[in-house]
Amino acid sequence: MLTEFGKVLLFLIVGAMFVAGGLIASWILRPNRPYPAKLSSYECGEEPVGNAWVRFNVRFYVIALIFLIFDVEVVFLFPWALVYRQLGLFAFLEMAVFLTILLIGLAYVWVKGDLDWDKPVPQIPKIERDRPAYKQQTPAEPVAV
Amino acid sequence: MGLLDQRFENSNVLVTSLEGLLNWARLSSLWQMQFGLACCAIEMMAASASNFDMMRFGVIPRATPRQTDVMIVSGTVTLKMASRIKRLYDQMAEPRYVISMGSCSNCGGPYWEHGYHVLKGVDRVIPVDVYVPGCPPRPEALLEGLMKLQEKVRKESLVKKTA
Repeated sequence: MLTEFGKVLLFLIVGAMFVAGGLIASWILRPNRPYPAKLSSYECGEEPVGNAWVRFNVRFYVIALIFLIFDVEVVFLFPWALVYRQLGLFAFLEMAVFLTILLIGLAYVWVKGDLDWDKPVPQIPKIERDRPAYKQQTPAEPVAV
Repeated sequence: MGLLDQRFENSNVLVTSLEGLLNWARLSSLWQMQFGLACCAIEMMAASASNFDMMRFGVIPRATPRQTDVMIVSGTVTLKMASRIKRLYDQMAEPRYVISMGSCSNCGGPYWEHGYHVLKGVDRVIPVDVYVPGCPPRPEALLEGLMKLQEKVRKESLVKKTA
């Protein structure tokens, strides 16, 4: 007799067998003739640029968090605005408190500077080249690289 | 190579039965690459729409070459597009088929003599299975070409090719 978790186990086993069966059948039946052009990343027919696993700048994380907070705020504001007339003064004060808390949060991230997007300062490498002989001055000391 | 594909020296009743099943499955679900090049693409869309209903042959437009079986080159292949078509064809999974639709992709069509920007036939970059003549071909002609391709798929074999 199966317990309730036994049914879950049975479900897992049958599901795994179903997936594995499909993979094994296609492995047996399919033609397999790989070559580099076939394995290249699909970019709408264009020459693929770089890796498909692109890394995003970690600074998007803070932006995404702030966006999420105000997104949720809008989600709460819409139903509140729909039934505002029936709810009266109490709902207005409640929403005012809620918005104030979020505004304090916005002021906090503003002051902390999380809304500023620092522009990277490019560090241009300096290359020391040999100067032509006619321009060469006798260096008193070795030039710092 | 796969385990079965072109591994058999000679045909026997088991191989032919398996071939029949595989070919039937393949010809009944020829998924199509969803792209059009020129006015032939309008006729291809008409063939997909309800009046001609290409989907009853199992032709479903897919947006990625990894899921497609047949590429319908519908229209003028410019030189700029030719390299893209080659790359897209390369990225399709095997077995893959090509229908060349209309005069332009068959041989350059009206651009044969003075078309400095047109590839004179898509078969110069990728192998073509079925040519559909017309400028542009009517949807019935495309369906005829599709059925010709199905006949071709029906005759495919798992036996190792000689010569």
